[in-house]
Amino acid sequence: MELRGITKRFPGVVANHDIDITIHKGTVHALVGENGAGKSTLMKILYGMQKPDEGTITVDGAEAHFASPADAIARGIGMVHQHFMLADNFTVLENVVLGGEQLYGIGSKARKKIKEISDAYGLGVRPDALVEDLGVADRQRVEILKVLYRGARILILDEPTAVLVPQEVEALFDNLRELKAEGLTVIFISHKLGEVLSVADDITVIRRGTTVGTADPAHTTPKQLAELMVGSELPSPETRESTVTDRPTLTVDELRLTATDPDGVVREVLDGITFTIHQGEVLGIAGVEGNGQTELIEALIGMRDPDGGTITLDGADLSHAPTRKRREAGIGYIPEDRHRHGLLLEAPLWENRILGHVTERPNSRRGLLDPRAARTDTVRIVREYDVRTPGIEVTAASLSGGNQQKLIVGREMSHSPKLLIAAHPTRGVDVGAQAQIWDQIREARREGLAVLLISADLDELIGLSDTLRVMYRGRLVADADPATITPEELGSAMTGAATGHLDAAPAADAPDAAEAPPEDDAR
Amino acid sequence: MKKFDKDRLILGLAGPALALVVAVALTSLVLLVSGRDPIEPYQIMFDSASYVDVQVLIINQAGTYYLAALAVAVGFRMNLFNIGVDGQYRLAAMVAALVGANVGLPGPLRIALIVLVAMLVGALWSGIAGILKTSRGVSEVVSTIMLNAIATSLVAWLILPKNFGVQPAGSNNLTTGDIPESAWFPGLSLGPEAGEIYGFTFVAVACGVIYWFVLGRTRFGFDLRATGASESAAQASGVDAKKMVLTSMLLSGAVAGLVGMPTLLGDTHTYSIDFPAGIGFMGITIALLGRNNPVGIALSALLMAFLVKSSASLDQHGYEKEIADIMQGLIVISVVVSYELVRRYGLRRQQQKVGEELAAGGALKTEKEEAAL
Repeated sequence: MELRGITKRFPGVVANHDIDITIHKGTVHALVGENGAGKSTLMKILYGMQKPDEGTITVDGAEAHFASPADAIARGIGMVHQHFMLADNFTVLENVVLGGEQLYGIGSKARKKIKEISDAYGLGVRPDALVEDLGVADRQRVEILKVLYRGARILILDEPTAVLVPQEVEALFDNLRELKAEGLTVIFISHKLGEVLSVADDITVIRRGTTVGTADPAHTTPKQLAELMVGSELPSPETRESTVTDRPTLTVDELRLTATDPDGVVREVLDGITFTIHQGEVLGIAGVEGNGQTELIEALIGMRDPDGGTITLDGADLSHAPTRKRREAGIGYIPEDRHRHGLLLEAPLWENRILGHVTERPNSRRGLLDPRAARTDTVRIVREYDVRTPGIEVTAASLSGGNQQKLIVGREMSHSPKLLIAAHPTRGVDVGAQAQIWDQIREARREGLAVLLISADLDELIGLSDTLRVMYRGRLVADADPATITPEELGSAMTGAATGHLDAAPAADAPDAAEAPPEDDAR
Repeated sequence: MKKFDKDRLILGLAGPALALVVAVALTSLVLLVSGRDPIEPYQIMFDSASYVDVQVLIINQAGTYYLAALAVAVGFRMNLFNIGVDGQYRLAAMVAALVGANVGLPGPLRIALIVLVAMLVGALWSGIAGILKTSRGVSEVVSTIMLNAIATSLVAWLILPKNFGVQPAGSNNLTTGDIPESAWFPGLSLGPEAGEIYGFTFVAVACGVIYWFVLGRTRFGFDLRATGASESAAQASGVDAKKMVLTSMLLSGAVAGLVGMPTLLGDTHTYSIDFPAGIGFMGITIALLGRNNPVGIALSALLMAFLVKSSASLDQHGYEKEIADIMQGLIVISVVVSYELVRRYGLRRQQQKVGEELAAGGALKTEKEEAAL
């Protein structure tokens, strides 16, 4: 497959220009670049979701024009999206045949084909499992199978490792190598350089919408690759000096929360959660998504009422206080899903600045809004937090993800919180914005802010946190010292393989951890 | 920055304009297909509306419509669809008329009581839907439709002579008895030819101002709008969503209770079985067309009142006055379609424009850049 001189313009912006890539059959080809570099546009072009303004795509020597993804699929190109497109209440078989019913029907022939593909590439997919019972890694394999089922010979994987723990990443890479060995081609999009170097045969780097170079993974270090990618050195999340004090800000004691399944079964989603965050301390919580982190945050911010235990902020008992009271008491919140919980997408920026702090100055006085003061303060946030926008009357939806996040960070910091709950604060944010957000968290921490950090990015967790805890199936099962722990050790604890205090691990533990049962089997 | 405001205004007007043009075109098409003159009915309607007495009728009707549309709009801003305004105002008007006719109070106090009772009954009726939604998760669309039917039956039963109704001598009509003249709401007379504008029409205007103020300028209004825009975000920001659902449902019902007041206090002074019905549904159309904006709703209410009142003259010229009904229906359909089109176009366009301005270096200066200078 070859791309020559691909250029895509949106009114006023050139998203891609002069992209030249040659992808060889039977290789894993990595496309790397920071967020906003134009990877996703290029991907959409490859998959027929966008049409290039200039340039040609050649597949197996023949020029291809894709008017829609259907055309791309017909030419053997398949895409595994970053956000899975699966129906939870369907089985694997049903999900795979959905939309492809004409291929092998929906019955035994389809089942046979699925088994065949699964065995051929070592995917280990069970056709009759319900998707909602599967873990993230298994869902991803279902997505890959779905694409293969439709006859894809070229697979595009968009940030496939973003949701996986290190062990699962290794398993995925094994699958990719199988695919490669069978003569399939994989286009692997990522900005995690270590992974790219370990799995890719060829690497193409994209910066500011164009290909700036290729790299041979055998002779490239992550640092060189990073410099190619951002044009300068990669920022690091590491904090410099400890600012932890002995004055507790948030004390959580024996917090318990139950939830009722659709089937009526009551499950404990949080059990015996106990921790203290002091002034100037960043407490990081590691864990595979879905192990209770979201519920913990929601219990802390007041969106769920705990069934037991206490939450104390700076001496005041907030265990059952409504969300607004907690906000006013000094809890800042950077939500994990900013579109759902952090922004009013179709409202102007200054109204988004009010959101969450409507009862506080400068947004309102004595029950009445103060739009003028809110607008002035929004301008201040835009300036101080480097939000890239032409003005404050534009809707939040028209900003890029990184700028939306900077606005949220600025908003939450503007009310001098005592505690900041930061859930995946740099998810989907470009490298530049990431560094700024890290700086802001660090700076606030120096001034005595307590931070609860939840992140899937283990480097971020280890780099920013003063204390680390591991969450597994609703419990805090292990703690670790960020100064000595490695992402691999942390990753194995996240699968439930290790408990207690994680020391700079004795080497003997590591292989055990790697063979820990995958998340979904353990459930 | 002005540019974005102007843009928004233009886009805001584009929706209704597009809808009206399409609706008029389609109505003309219907006329053509049925072998009629596609233009003349409009002329007849405009001619009719040039008479001052018709104008007074239109304004009075618009006042009533305006209240109904405000009631619906309160719900819409919160993402609630109160289809039950119709039942709420009829029941409210009937109970208020009963109380007004039977309680011995001096005039102004009696008026105040009637209005208060109407609001309470309206709120009570919509509150049932609110409680069902917050406690049992019942869709307010379903429950308010049901409550409309129940209200109809309840009113019919209450107004029976063996219950609370009165049958005027020599008439088949049933009423709730007359409210004494001391408690008639004074109107603005425009002379014997023209008739008088209901005093309550001005109250309706005041309600529009209150609506604008509460929604646009208070914390409560912000919470309500935020919940309507994104319930999850509002919840995370500290809004108690359930309480908000119930509160806005009660508010919507209380405003709905006022819908019958211009007619009751300014014209009929009693609730009878021929009391105007169906205004709640008209309110939905108007709130949609007016985009929940107090001024937009006012203009839409006038437009709809114009269609209804001036179409009466069509019959005298050999056209069916149902042409206006067809037009109303077409307006609803084209409004829904055109607003969604304009909304999507607007969002996309703004995203592009922001991209353009940023690419052209039009961003607000940030401290970092200033430091670099």
